Amino acid sequence: MNTQGKVFKYPDNVDTDVIIPARYLNTPDAQELALHCMEDIDTEFVKNVKPGDVMVAGWNFGCGSSREHAPLVIKTCKTGCVIAKSFARIFYRNAINIGLPILECEQAADEINADDEVSVDFDTGVITNITTGKTYKAQPFPPFIQNIIAKGGLLASLKEGE
Amino acid sequence: MGMTLTQKILAAHAGLEQVEAGQLISARLDIVLGNDITTPVAVNEFKKAGFTDVFNKDRIAIVLDHFVPNKDIKAAEQSKTCREFACSHCVSHFYDVGKMGIEHALLPEQGVVTAGDCIIGADSHTCTYGALGAFSTGVGSTDMAAGMATGTAWFKVPSAIRFNLSGKLPSNCSGKDVILTIIGMIGVDGALYKSMEFTGEGVKNLSMDDRLCICNMAIEAGAKNGIFPVDDVTLSYLKGRSEREPVIYEADADAEYEKTIDIDLSEIVPTVSCPHLPENTHPASELSDIKIDQVVIGSCTNGRMEDMEVAYNILRNNKVADGIRCIIIPGTMEILRECVEKGYVTAFIDAGAVVSTPTCGPCLGGYMGILAAGERCIATTNRNFVGRMGHVDSEVYLASPATAAASALTGYITYPKEV
Repeated sequence: MNTQGKVFKYPDNVDTDVIIPARYLNTPDAQELALHCMEDIDTEFVKNVKPGDVMVAGWNFGCGSSREHAPLVIKTCKTGCVIAKSFARIFYRNAINIGLPILECEQAADEINADDEVSVDFDTGVITNITTGKTYKAQPFPPFIQNIIAKGGLLASLKEGE
Repeated sequence: MGMTLTQKILAAHAGLEQVEAGQLISARLDIVLGNDITTPVAVNEFKKAGFTDVFNKDRIAIVLDHFVPNKDIKAAEQSKTCREFACSHCVSHFYDVGKMGIEHALLPEQGVVTAGDCIIGADSHTCTYGALGAFSTGVGSTDMAAGMATGTAWFKVPSAIRFNLSGKLPSNCSGKDVILTIIGMIGVDGALYKSMEFTGEGVKNLSMDDRLCICNMAIEAGAKNGIFPVDDVTLSYLKGRSEREPVIYEADADAEYEKTIDIDLSEIVPTVSCPHLPENTHPASELSDIKIDQVVIGSCTNGRMEDMEVAYNILRNNKVADGIRCIIIPGTMEILRECVEKGYVTAFIDAGAVVSTPTCGPCLGGYMGILAAGERCIATTNRNFVGRMGHVDSEVYLASPATAAASALTGYITYPKEV
């Protein structure tokens, strides 16, 4: 599995309230929720994101609420991957469970700039900045987690395993 | 190698003699929790995966608390989804309007959670129940769905930071000031993926409401869980309340901690977290020129009886300052009833405050106290992120009930007097 696209760059401590504000959580409809993805810190994201694009952020991405709606709206916007220096633990777990690829890589998060073109190979954890030609190595997920993501989430993979 | 308190509980629930930090385990769950926002997503996942039965109808708790009484038609539809699921699976711990409270005030009060439990909840503040000597952590809706179906969840065994508490809090401070101080020290990811284990001779001087408040905000330091050892305070709280027999675990004497941080409770001061991160803490005494528009006293962090009592002692026979909206939200129906019976509600109304039915409402910017652009609120809630309580240009200052109530009387952030 891999993805390639343009980078949207975000700071440290991006919280789930800005990824999807609670004022919209009166519906579980992912398509409707996705219209508001990132809107409290980046009103342009939803307008400009294209399938396969990559979010790059600092420390503690996804901190705050346990709302699974947060990784879900990022995935529903067809974001190919989130790269961050670190992820808040519930977001990390939720991203795996709903099948949103995420990678931790401090150096990539420092050096990759907004609007760079980036490709990511999930099997090897190799991140390539096509704009600068530089590559980075993140720890890839073990096969069982890659399988969850590839199947589209935890429950889909459980079902398959039965 | 010895195990921490958290590791002891996880090992027991995984059927293992020994676990160590970093190990992946599958653990048996005592309680699986969801609310009116996270349960509909879980119900959808549960059905999509083809599950037809829950693992145990007595071990699932569904609490409608975020947007109820329903704030709008969409919220009503979400509640309806929860209600129908709870009804069709005979979920015994289903709390609807009239019985509901804010989930993390309600479940300990009703004895649904107890010492020694292993609990997941599709709400980040599920870490609250660590105050009872339980392992309890927040997860997402998919984990809730899998937990409801299988009664198990996978965990990575966490390492721990030990907080060695000594001394006794000053009379104008509470558990909120302790946890805000700690988050200010270690930062919003200072305990990422880890347990925060509270120990030391100072523990006995903290009430159960203080401990619940401290564990509640462990997630605001990024922690997987916060936990207190079981002592006489715990056992007297659980007595006559816990519907299952408490199980007492203790950390091994040779347990390994990543680090130990000493906290002298007598040195804690009234503390406020300024926008827009809980780690941005300052002594309340340094913020007296910050003018506010609204005060919220309530939430899963500070909507308990002791919090109401502190607010009452400050607001009674006083008046909320002109132009300040003071909103008081008792955490459960039992707390609301006690506030009525003790005359607190009358005193709050006489002071110019409003009293609401239990709800998470304003804490997450849902309803019941939303802020306009440029407005400031001092709140006893748990997060002050951008847009958390309303407009992206509004601000939330996090504080204890004492600091919030004192501020309501002046219209500025105010250092609460010692009593």
